[in-house]
Amino acid sequence: MIVVDPRFTRTAATADLFCQIRAGADIAFLGGMIKYAIDNNRIAKDYLVNYTNAAFIVKDGFKLPDDGLYSGFDPATQVYDKSTWNYQEGGDMSHAAAAAIVSAPALAAASNRPEPRGSESGEDPQQANQGGPQTPGGHGQGYQGASPAGAKATESAKPTPMLPPNVAYDLTLQHPRSVFQLLKQQYSRYTPEMVERITGIPKDQFLKAADLYTSIRKDGDMKKAGTVIYAVGWTQHTFGTQIIRTAAMLQLIMGNVGRAGGGVNALRGHSNIQGATDMGGVFDIWPGYLKVPNPADVDLKTYLKRITPTPSKPNNWDSFNYWSNTPKFAVSYLKAMYGDAATKDNDFAFQYMPKIDRNYSWTQLWDNMYRGKVQGMFAFGMNGVAIGPDSQKNIDALKKADWLVVGEIYPDETSEFWRSPGISADDAKNIQTTVYRLPCAGFAEKDGSMTNSSRWVQWKNIALPTPGYARLDQDIVAQIFLRVRALYQSEGGKFPDPILNLTWKYTDPQHPSLSELAKEYNGKALSDLTDPKTQQVIKTGQQLPGFAWLKDDGTTSCGIWIYCGCWTEAGPQLARRGTEDPSGLGIYQNWAWSWPANRRVLYNRASCDPSGKPWDPDRKQVWWNEATQTWVGNDVPDFKADSNPKDHMGPFIMNPEGVGRIFGPLAAFADGPFPEHYEPFESPITNPLHPNQQTNPVVKKFTTPADKYGTTKDGFNIICTTYRLTEHYHYWTKNNPMNVQLIPEPFVEIPVELANDLGIKGGDNVKVTSARSYYVAKAFVTKRIKPMTVDGKMVYQIGIPIHQGYRGIQEDADRNARTIVNRLSPTVTDPNAYTPEFKGFLVKLEKA
Amino acid sequence: MSQGTLQIRKISGHPGPVPGANVERAEQVCKMIDTTTCIGCKACEVACLEWNGYSFSETHFDNSYQTMPETQWNYWNLIKFNEHERDDGSMMLLMRKDQCMHCADPGCLRACPADGAIVQYSNGIVDFQQQNCIGCGYCVSGCPFDIPKFNPTTKKMFKCTLCSDRVSEGLEPACIKACPTGCLHFGTKDDMVGIAEGRAKQLRDHFGFDKAGVYDPPGVGGTGVIYVLHDATNPEAYGGLPKDPHVPLMVRLWKGPAKWIGNLAMAGGILGVALHYLRFGPKIVREQEDKERRDDRGGRP
Repeated sequence: MIVVDPRFTRTAATADLFCQIRAGADIAFLGGMIKYAIDNNRIAKDYLVNYTNAAFIVKDGFKLPDDGLYSGFDPATQVYDKSTWNYQEGGDMSHAAAAAIVSAPALAAASNRPEPRGSESGEDPQQANQGGPQTPGGHGQGYQGASPAGAKATESAKPTPMLPPNVAYDLTLQHPRSVFQLLKQQYSRYTPEMVERITGIPKDQFLKAADLYTSIRKDGDMKKAGTVIYAVGWTQHTFGTQIIRTAAMLQLIMGNVGRAGGGVNALRGHSNIQGATDMGGVFDIWPGYLKVPNPADVDLKTYLKRITPTPSKPNNWDSFNYWSNTPKFAVSYLKAMYGDAATKDNDFAFQYMPKIDRNYSWTQLWDNMYRGKVQGMFAFGMNGVAIGPDSQKNIDALKKADWLVVGEIYPDETSEFWRSPGISADDAKNIQTTVYRLPCAGFAEKDGSMTNSSRWVQWKNIALPTPGYARLDQDIVAQIFLRVRALYQSEGGKFPDPILNLTWKYTDPQHPSLSELAKEYNGKALSDLTDPKTQQVIKTGQQLPGFAWLKDDGTTSCGIWIYCGCWTEAGPQLARRGTEDPSGLGIYQNWAWSWPANRRVLYNRASCDPSGKPWDPDRKQVWWNEATQTWVGNDVPDFKADSNPKDHMGPFIMNPEGVGRIFGPLAAFADGPFPEHYEPFESPITNPLHPNQQTNPVVKKFTTPADKYGTTKDGFNIICTTYRLTEHYHYWTKNNPMNVQLIPEPFVEIPVELANDLGIKGGDNVKVTSARSYYVAKAFVTKRIKPMTVDGKMVYQIGIPIHQGYRGIQEDADRNARTIVNRLSPTVTDPNAYTPEFKGFLVKLEKA
Repeated sequence: MSQGTLQIRKISGHPGPVPGANVERAEQVCKMIDTTTCIGCKACEVACLEWNGYSFSETHFDNSYQTMPETQWNYWNLIKFNEHERDDGSMMLLMRKDQCMHCADPGCLRACPADGAIVQYSNGIVDFQQQNCIGCGYCVSGCPFDIPKFNPTTKKMFKCTLCSDRVSEGLEPACIKACPTGCLHFGTKDDMVGIAEGRAKQLRDHFGFDKAGVYDPPGVGGTGVIYVLHDATNPEAYGGLPKDPHVPLMVRLWKGPAKWIGNLAMAGGILGVALHYLRFGPKIVREQEDKERRDDRGGRP
């Protein structure tokens, strides 16, 4: 185990190797790993050629960011024209490549395009069957890759470019514009010396880590797998999405995806964050990662055409392109929403669904409230003030709101924002916001499902009744809905239909049970269905056994297509508790239920070689059974069950290419098809890769008077990172005596050397100041954070656990300064997922 | 605590044989703590408090992740955090779960003068019986690990019971149940020593910890709680784990040779009296003296 972290953590204490990294330098570290793996031939060659887009040829005109910018950047609008971020149309280009290499200039933008042989062009029968041109925006971004539909729609006036159906390729990987050669070139700049300059990790230590990790592919061995595990701190950078992507690329070139013990695994901050995302708890996706409609989607047909991808691959390869079923998922979802009111004649009530015309992400919402554009907010299960970024801005925003509804089990910084330090009793009188505080049920007082990062949907039972006036969340929502509906019924309104027609067929409409909801999101047949192959019949009203049954003609209803199969006629699969694991791989097929289709490892076709035999015969996940002509295994094959390996169908069935994306084409990412190291928005050094392009060129910064950013010139010289402690669970545990006892007071972790410089001793009060605000807590002087040399400059990092604020046991007893850590963090976000940069901002430190 | 269900092997301050000793045989139980896979999450601390019914007490930040400096009468299980720099400059964060070691030769029991205040069950668990405790604190001087703690309100001594109440019902101790990394194991002493030695060998052979080993100090007859340490030659680095713990000399002398010397002196005294009687016979009170005494008492005989 290798731990890479700005601090020597408790996890690091159990590691074989620890590398102390500068906060925000992760892409440099991972890019260096990619270079090391390629240079030392520690890559999975067959996997790379057959299961990734390494052999695909990229369009002429695409330029790598040697100067920090990819081709197509418009400095005026600060967005990229991504038309060159695409594959070349054509067939096998391996022969042409040989000639081209000689004259290939350094930049891939060079115009040395060999003539595509084109013999296969347009002859693919599957292409003929699919028919028609590529649909705009149909890049099939996988489960997690929902793009900001609204934001992108407004920026693209001209027609969106499409992926070519017949991609040019070179299986020798020698073509200078092959993805592999571009990848090699992109990371050739990430030398161990450069990694040291950017990350602060000494070269020999980096090489040790790179050697250890890539050693599993020594001499072409494919048996072992390696995993990358991260916590959400990795996402909290102005290039957070690209950090995760670099890890995914490293895993692809090493052949670690689709394999037991492989992959890139998120340790998320809450036991059900995965479930919340699956349910569409993000502004730009519907449940099951369907893209939200935007105003250009004038009808269902237009919408479905935009969001349904068509295959894009070498002609003699096959691609399942599972998102081609998008219309079935979307129509079944609309049937779940509007039932009988969703008919073929009214586009299955498509017009009832909101169209997203702008970015409604977290930081944007608070910014809009701060600007007086948002009048009210429902805050359930989150403490928005403490979460930040820039908690003071959020407090000032709430002061301007008309109303705030908080559903929580404890009073918190959001529900009592007027208690914030700096607001006097007189000031508080002038705050006109009406706050409705609704006591909610705690986790042990509710049943329902929770979905973990391995996508296991697990049912839990009620342990305790709700105390006092506390109500279940679904009861609160139901009663608000029923009252709003009654108002629309009695008073009408601009557009009452979406509210009046919403399906609400629960046994007790005031108190919908979560088991009824679970059955609803699993889905059911709305008329008798027959499988044409097996003649199996599902009767009207029966629960569906899986999403293969979903239809786009209104005969099925399903709230979340990926959850279809979790609650069938055989009962609640998600409540299963079988602990048998015959393969010994930790698959536990009968424990709860894993989406999709109870598959435990996604893309597990990639655990076999191209001929369908497991890479490791001792650890067999799935395999091709020649006798039955089907895929079978210890896990449910995540693949077309009868696709013969000879047909060369790609394992990454959710991508239109059928293969893993080392190159992320077109609008997959806002900031480039390959990740590039940019400095955090506040950084103590100039970007060593390209001094003229310091930060992510498409970073989203904010412009209110509250949005101030610090520089070293203003004396902000220390890098600050934030985190939670093992003893803490979000902000709840401030109210639990046990947890308060374990960490009795807030603290700031400070390197011994820095403390000595400033005359700070352990236990002294210190004040941390950023361009936004300040934070006061006790000094934890430690040897576990060392001073670092970054680009030749001595740099200190400090770390602050986020937890305490002004409500809780310690706070109510006046045992701390009642300041919130996120008063320090900047309002600046990642351009892909809109996650704020909570990690690696600049501060000053002094004795308080 | 569990006298009803567990077989007692040794009793503090008790004359004569242990009632029912050797009547039935129980497995030696043991807790194995692998410090190399502990992440210091303190789940064991909370589990200990909750199972034993102790609640919140105020603590203070002390430049450490550690909850408090030492265990307390109502806080029996404490992870000790130690930042340790190796010779090559690399960091280690040593985290050791501190609690009663349940010595085979318990110094506390040896030192205790109160009949039945400390017992050792035949499964090896050393347990305090507060109803018999006289609060003298001698057990503190007997313990090489500084474990027994005084409750000033009840004036009784307390420490980890190895969840004797759970173990007697066939359950593992609460700390074991709560551990999320599996660094805590519970079973028979033989099994635990086997697992610990296997892990130590793994650390020596594959992870570059040449001095890895098992802490099961013979000076106290071995312990019912054993550790796997990255460096078994330097247990002091793990928050003051003694390198070669023994029951203190004074306690050994007092309850060992000294006790026999005392007994010998007592027997000698009786023997001396007897010899004196044999040699000099009974003391004869002379007539005159006897009369004077009777006069002093008012003439009564």
